[in-house]
Amino acid sequence: MEQQAGLTPHKDGSIIMQNNGGIKQNNDGLVLQDVKILHNDKHLLGIDAAIKPGEVLTLMGPSGSGKSTIISAIAGFLPAVFTCSGTILLNGKNIANLPPQQRKIGVLFQDTLLFPHFSVLQNILFALPPGGSMAKRCERALSLLDDISMVEFADRDTDTLSGGQKSRVALVRVIASMPNALLLDEPFSKLDADMRDSMRQLVFEEARRKQIPTLLVTHDPEDAKAANGRILTL
Amino acid sequence: MPVLKKLHILFAAAMLAVTPVMADEPDPKNWDQLLEEAKGQEVFWHAWGGSENINAYIAWVGDEVNSRYGVTLTQVKISETANVVARVLAEQSAGRDEGGAVDLVWVNGENFAAMKRQGLLMSYPWSTDLPNYQLTDFENKAVLSMDFTESVDGLESPWGTAQLTFYYDSANPSFVGNSPPTSLDDLADWIEKNPGRFTYAAPPNFIGTTFLKQVLYGLVDDIAVLRQPADQETFDEVTAPLWAWLDRVQPDLWRSGRVYAADTTNLKTLLSDNEIDIAMTFNPGEASSAVIEGLLPETTRSFVMDYGSIGNAHFVAIPFNANAKAAAMVVANFLMSPEAQARKSDEAIWGDPTVLAIDKLNVEQLSFFDSLAPGEATLSAEEFGAILSEPDASWSDALDAEWARRYGAGN
Amino acid sequence: MPNLQIFLVRSKLDMLRLVVLMLLLIPISAATLTLVGSAFKWHGVSELFGINATAFGAVVAEPGFWKSVSLSFWIGLITPLIALSVVMIFIAAFLNSPSFKWVWAIMKPVLAVPHAAAAFGLLFLIAPSGFIIRLLSPEISGFLRPPDWLIVNDPAGVSFALALVIKEIPFLFFVTMAALPQTDLRRTQIAAGYGHGQIWSWLISVFPAVYLQIRLPVFAVIAFASSTVDVALILGPVAPPPLSIQILRWMNDPDLAKGSIAAAAAIIQIGITLLALLTWWIGEHIVLHLARMAAMRGWRFKRDLPFRLFVGAIMAIAVGLVCFGIALLVLWSVAGVWRFPNALPEIWTFKSWVSQFQNLVETGWRAAKIAFVSSALSLMLVLANLENEHRSNIRPTRLAWWTIFIPLLVPQIAFMGGLSVLFLRLGIDGTLWSVVLVHIIFVFPYVYLTLADPWNAFDTRYLDVARTLGKSDNRAFWEIRLPILLAPVLGAFALGFAVSIAQYLPTLLIGAGRQPTITTEAVALASGGNRRLIGTYALVQTLLPFVFFALASLVPKIAWSNRRALLPTRMGQ
Repeated sequence: MEQQAGLTPHKDGSIIMQNNGGIKQNNDGLVLQDVKILHNDKHLLGIDAAIKPGEVLTLMGPSGSGKSTIISAIAGFLPAVFTCSGTILLNGKNIANLPPQQRKIGVLFQDTLLFPHFSVLQNILFALPPGGSMAKRCERALSLLDDISMVEFADRDTDTLSGGQKSRVALVRVIASMPNALLLDEPFSKLDADMRDSMRQLVFEEARRKQIPTLLVTHDPEDAKAANGRILTL
Repeated sequence: MPVLKKLHILFAAAMLAVTPVMADEPDPKNWDQLLEEAKGQEVFWHAWGGSENINAYIAWVGDEVNSRYGVTLTQVKISETANVVARVLAEQSAGRDEGGAVDLVWVNGENFAAMKRQGLLMSYPWSTDLPNYQLTDFENKAVLSMDFTESVDGLESPWGTAQLTFYYDSANPSFVGNSPPTSLDDLADWIEKNPGRFTYAAPPNFIGTTFLKQVLYGLVDDIAVLRQPADQETFDEVTAPLWAWLDRVQPDLWRSGRVYAADTTNLKTLLSDNEIDIAMTFNPGEASSAVIEGLLPETTRSFVMDYGSIGNAHFVAIPFNANAKAAAMVVANFLMSPEAQARKSDEAIWGDPTVLAIDKLNVEQLSFFDSLAPGEATLSAEEFGAILSEPDASWSDALDAEWARRYGAGN
Repeated sequence: MPNLQIFLVRSKLDMLRLVVLMLLLIPISAATLTLVGSAFKWHGVSELFGINATAFGAVVAEPGFWKSVSLSFWIGLITPLIALSVVMIFIAAFLNSPSFKWVWAIMKPVLAVPHAAAAFGLLFLIAPSGFIIRLLSPEISGFLRPPDWLIVNDPAGVSFALALVIKEIPFLFFVTMAALPQTDLRRTQIAAGYGHGQIWSWLISVFPAVYLQIRLPVFAVIAFASSTVDVALILGPVAPPPLSIQILRWMNDPDLAKGSIAAAAAIIQIGITLLALLTWWIGEHIVLHLARMAAMRGWRFKRDLPFRLFVGAIMAIAVGLVCFGIALLVLWSVAGVWRFPNALPEIWTFKSWVSQFQNLVETGWRAAKIAFVSSALSLMLVLANLENEHRSNIRPTRLAWWTIFIPLLVPQIAFMGGLSVLFLRLGIDGTLWSVVLVHIIFVFPYVYLTLADPWNAFDTRYLDVARTLGKSDNRAFWEIRLPILLAPVLGAFALGFAVSIAQYLPTLLIGAGRQPTITTEAVALASGGNRRLIGTYALVQTLLPFVFFALASLVPKIAWSNRRALLPTRMGQ
């Protein structure tokens, strides 16, 4: 299993891993068992996968293949035209029937979706789990901003940030919510080419450092390469 | 603008009429007890709200009855008295025998007749028992006991009198050196010579209907026929000269007779704007009042037709289901008091003629009238000439309908 | 009773929608039943179940009946036709011009002006004794007295239609601007790239999508114009008047027999409004067909500059008429003696304001209370409904959607009578709350109409993000969606407030005279034609909604002054 995770994909990124049977029975991480998604009662796709803490699993597929639908299914906001069956285990607990707010799964979208009416700091404060004095919360939020060298932007209007800055804030925001798993829905595709690499670095490092199981869906082989983990292709 | 609903009436027609209970009704013969009962009551008085002067006067009445009798008076400003009739009728049909929305209503003519016929009024005579009623000129002024052709029967309390009066600016070139046209022939000639400078209100507005009646009186051979209900044959025969007269002046009316004035206030405004040269009103003091306000020039004068003019009275009535009957009577009584009547006659306030008999007043009561000097635009009692009483109410409807057919259909 | 299943499609427990539909449908159905009953009851209960068409016969036999009918019909069509054309072509021609935002800024306060106030202003402006002729007299025109010209109350209803057009332009402008963000404006550029003229590009590429969204408001304009009462009383023809005024006259007649005539005429009024709607609908298809043919033939309509300037001028005149009208209300409210042909009052005085002050405050305050409560409750209902639609993932079916708007499509004059009888029977008339309740019937659809599009255009991924951050649906609603949509929410509230302030018939009938508002007072005073009083009352009537429109546009600007993405300048376009 260790070696599977360490496998490097070929240049065309075509290594297909649909078998996770060898994964050692460890409760930690995100496990998708026999997850099937139906569109208006028509089979759309199915997936079986296990992602260990700190691991980044990449799901490759062309647009229209239903990649984003899997993200919605795992996060819990699947549109009503779809139905989802199967088991989603997060740290050993089946979350498949929980509402999104109880799943503790963070998502990064193509768009940063920073709340436009909040400042940078407020975006992070909003994401921090409840509890603690306001001063403590601010301190925590600022230290998170410090991690991405953006403390001085704390009071800024998010709309005035550059694309790269926005992406970093979005990352910090999701980290602040202390998710048990991270879903990445092509989060780098709208970034300028020069920003993309550093952002990939930042995201994947963060996921590993925090030991968060991470699922990346993308159509960009560069993303998959940078993720440096197993790759599934739809 | 108008409104209420004839739909109510409709409905009411289908319902059983409810007979008012008389047992605990306030009795004006026992005035002191009634005053006691009235204290603290709130009277909703539905009264036409289109005149600033009149509204201000009613507000003054409210202040007075409040400080004197502890009665709260609220004017519900309405645009059409018929709305109130419909309102009470709807309440009757809904079985609301007490706690009605209307405590007092300013009324006369066909609206009074309608309310009386439908049993919408307090069902026993009360107005004649009000203390101040004895001061009114009921012996000489027939209009106080016959409202149009409907007998008053003590069901409404007199408030003021009215007489159809024309007014004009005597400095206007078309009048300088001439007396104003006081006969129908002269008036028609004048209209032809001054095209676009005369109009009347479109019936069924009351001043418009009254003008038709006024012309009819001047053209009919035997006015006795007008006191009888109109039947189609008589109507056609009697009114033929009226339509001939109107047809004659029609092309030379203001806006070539394609548009008519809305009401008396509209006529006053048109005169004030110099759009027309002769206006008409039911309030003989209106011209002087307007002069005082600065709306009309000092040279404004009034005239009436030489064969007499239509006159009537206006009243206040109490619906059968009024919520504050005792207080409503207190207000009605106060309206007939010399002080209130004198103030109402004051042309700087309103200028509406009194219903009181001046010779019945004592020195103190007379003193309220002392300071009143009618303006030059107001005719003296002698100048007014004969009062023509209102024709039977059926003539109004028939005249309105025929007028609408001839001039109101845009042909 | 319609099949409720239709309304509840795909929703398990949708009590909320049911409540709203009841709220809107029950009064209207009850009123309609009363109406039909009345129309057939001319000779009493015995003939209720026999078809007694006598009342209808009597209506048709009324002098000038067909002229009244055709008047209501053509006013109902010409008003939306002109207003819609001007708005669409104007937006097509000037949306990207720098001056556009100024026009937009002026348009909002103009929208706040109640119809009656605008009509009075127009009257004071264009009448033969009005301001324009005063300005020209006597120096230019030579008039020492007003000319005997048939400008207002003209038999064809031209001045009447003009008043409606200048008031409906801001309304259609408002709803169009609300619909634009949901439309991809780049289509215009593509069409223009093929060499089409600017207006034509817009009309063939953007207009169809926009029109679909504003179709209901357009229908509401048709219904309103074909049955309005207050504007018709001020500027409409008098002999014969539009049918709505005839109905009112019959309703006001103390002669009992006229009641069923009024009811029958009210049913005919509904028929006329439906006929106007149907005609419009046919017109839609014809226009669509012609436009397709023109587009398929490759017509380009390239040289549209003169046309653009023409429409720009029309727009300026329309807005100018309202603004000058309001200015004239101000002048008259402080005028003492002001005789023709003086362009300005000879004597200035605050007499009208002083003498009316107490009443203005009292009735203005009551109107504001009713408007505030009814639009706040409507807003809550609308928000609850929209949020419910979102959470249960349902969309109103076409039928449900149209049902909400029935109060806007059924002529008020036709069903308020029955409704007031209903309230009277229930013993709940004459109270502030009953007036509020009836106002909600008319306010709710407007609030829904204004808010639904921006609400549904909201990027719901924000809510997904909030929920993945562990926040409940409620917190996402209160802390994310509502604040971000602050501007449209307040805008909808302000519009609801304005709609409530302008309600005349419902306030009068349900209030039973015990709940006089600035509007019922203004109309009662207007019956006397006193321009000074009309000036003061119409101004206060205008001012109240204006305050809320101003707040609705200021508050988001202040609250989000430091939030570029939420500033209306960016959100509007």
